Amino acid sequence: MSGHSSYEPKTGIERWLDSRLPIVRLAYDSVVAYPTPKNLNYWWTFGGILAVCLGIQIITGVILAMHYVASADHAFNSVEHIMRDVNHGWMIRFIHANGASMFFLAVYVHIARGLYYGSYKAPREVLWILGCIIYLLMMATAFMGYVLPWGQMSYYGAVVITNLFSSLDEVIPGLGTAITTWLWGGFSVDAPTLNRFFSLHYLLPFMIAGVVGLHIWALHVPGNNNPTGVEVKSKEDVVPFHPYYTVKDGFAIVAFFILFAWFVFFAPDALGHADNYTPANPLQTPAHIVPEWYFLPFYAMLRAVPEKLMGVLTMFGAIALLFAVPWLDTSKVRSMRYRPTARWFFLFFVLAVVLLGWCGGQLPDDVVIPVGHNEAGHPVGFTVVWLSRILAVYYYAYFLIVLPLLGLMEKPLPVPDSISTPVLSGGGAAVPAGAAASPEKKG
Amino acid sequence: MVEIYNANPTVDAGHSAEHPADDPSRRDFIHIAAGAAAAGGVVATLWPLVDQMNPSGDTLALASIEFDIAKVIEGQQAVVKWRGKPVFVRHRTPKEIQEAVRDDGAPMRDPQKDEDRHKDGKAEWLVLVGVCTHLGCVPNFGLGEYGGWFCPCHGSVYDTSGRIRQGPAPLNLAVPDYAFLTDTRIKIG
Repeated sequence: MSGHSSYEPKTGIERWLDSRLPIVRLAYDSVVAYPTPKNLNYWWTFGGILAVCLGIQIITGVILAMHYVASADHAFNSVEHIMRDVNHGWMIRFIHANGASMFFLAVYVHIARGLYYGSYKAPREVLWILGCIIYLLMMATAFMGYVLPWGQMSYYGAVVITNLFSSLDEVIPGLGTAITTWLWGGFSVDAPTLNRFFSLHYLLPFMIAGVVGLHIWALHVPGNNNPTGVEVKSKEDVVPFHPYYTVKDGFAIVAFFILFAWFVFFAPDALGHADNYTPANPLQTPAHIVPEWYFLPFYAMLRAVPEKLMGVLTMFGAIALLFAVPWLDTSKVRSMRYRPTARWFFLFFVLAVVLLGWCGGQLPDDVVIPVGHNEAGHPVGFTVVWLSRILAVYYYAYFLIVLPLLGLMEKPLPVPDSISTPVLSGGGAAVPAGAAASPEKKG
Repeated sequence: MVEIYNANPTVDAGHSAEHPADDPSRRDFIHIAAGAAAAGGVVATLWPLVDQMNPSGDTLALASIEFDIAKVIEGQQAVVKWRGKPVFVRHRTPKEIQEAVRDDGAPMRDPQKDEDRHKDGKAEWLVLVGVCTHLGCVPNFGLGEYGGWFCPCHGSVYDTSGRIRQGPAPLNLAVPDYAFLTDTRIKIG
């Protein structure tokens, strides 16, 4: 999309089309000749994996919509109809439901890769922000999709999430109530809510696809970042996207499909919740409600704060922070491969998010580290809610304190002159060993 | 003011570049009026598209229901659906009423006396919207250390008067508009 195009139409039809709509040229420049750093490791394959995930969700989703009935009276039964009666319906639905989890798994790896290798830094800030927008749209889409089967978890998930806006009553009395009533189309989550969620759940993936187009456009202007974080300096540093990365991405996609298929065919309900096989009952909340696993870290932050509005702000703030990352990180070195201290903080950040996710799945008053028993015989001690608080503080501190200050204080390792240098010099000194180090040193 | 190329100076002489000193206010007024009309038109067009999501006429029409409380015996709670939400109709025991009145002076997040939460002379009847004021789940009766309700979602605890005593909820369980039509019949909403 940027730079000189090397496309040469070979046939008369291609020449005719090229002078009218150079769409083959666009495809050729974007996925065939596109110059790509030659040192991308497997963490870079998740962009392609995500594109495939989006495609799978849209295809299976369009099919499910042919059989699903968006009505509070029929939604639950129509999902059971898909599962029992529609030809291959069970498989298509399990692919769609587990596909959402796979999509989030891949996007979390993709985001973590961007954070570790500094892919958000100039000149890729817009690329990063577009990615954050995609992530927000994904969360909205997944949430509304989870409501559609109209089971107990669907219903109370919708209740809790829409009620987050009711906390605005603490800012301007009546504002939160007006917003929730508007979102519901009534005085509670009910039939109108289900229908509008279905409409939006069908719309949003295409909006995601649109922003993905912008995301790829913004990627192809500066070109890919790479594990060294050093910009491409010469033709020695790049290889054409095809066949080098079509093959590498293709291999990773196949490997990813193994995990995906394992869930679909051997543990299709492992990531879901049994209560969602009970039809929605507005008069009875299940004893233990939890969101889907990919929202658990944020759910833990919501519960970590004892005050309603502040809890909601803490949760949304954790996502909003991502947008500011390009300006919070002050380090001039892009890749953490050459930031020995930052790597440790990053490792603990990943651990903190995973642990927050674990906390989100527990009851707030569950005891993590027991120190004794109360008079009733229940263990007392360090509880989940306190662990969540500590982890949430670290989450915020990572972005607001560590990234700004460490960039100024840390002494980075020597950065290679170019992408080719560490490879040509044997790949030794400048490339530290570690989980994220590139395995393909032979260049 | 921005200079505007005047295609026909004989018709609209005052606004050519050669006569910049002419009164600009008339042209400005036209611009502002046109802009305001356009903005008003956009808002008027968009508003129905936004407002369609608010409760529809038939939803609003279901705003009140009647309920026969004679079948709720002492110590029991009936759950009635009103506007899509559960309403607890609780027939309180003397012990529960006594506990609620005793705690009138206790420190509370949303202080309220028990007598303000039921109709005069009807202390045994407590009518509450069964929606946790935190994030909208339905609290369960009989759990929690205050003898009232416990919300399974985020652990809010309400007492026998439906007042918030512990947990993240900011307010007491709401008392809906209701009235006794007869001694055994109430109208909610």
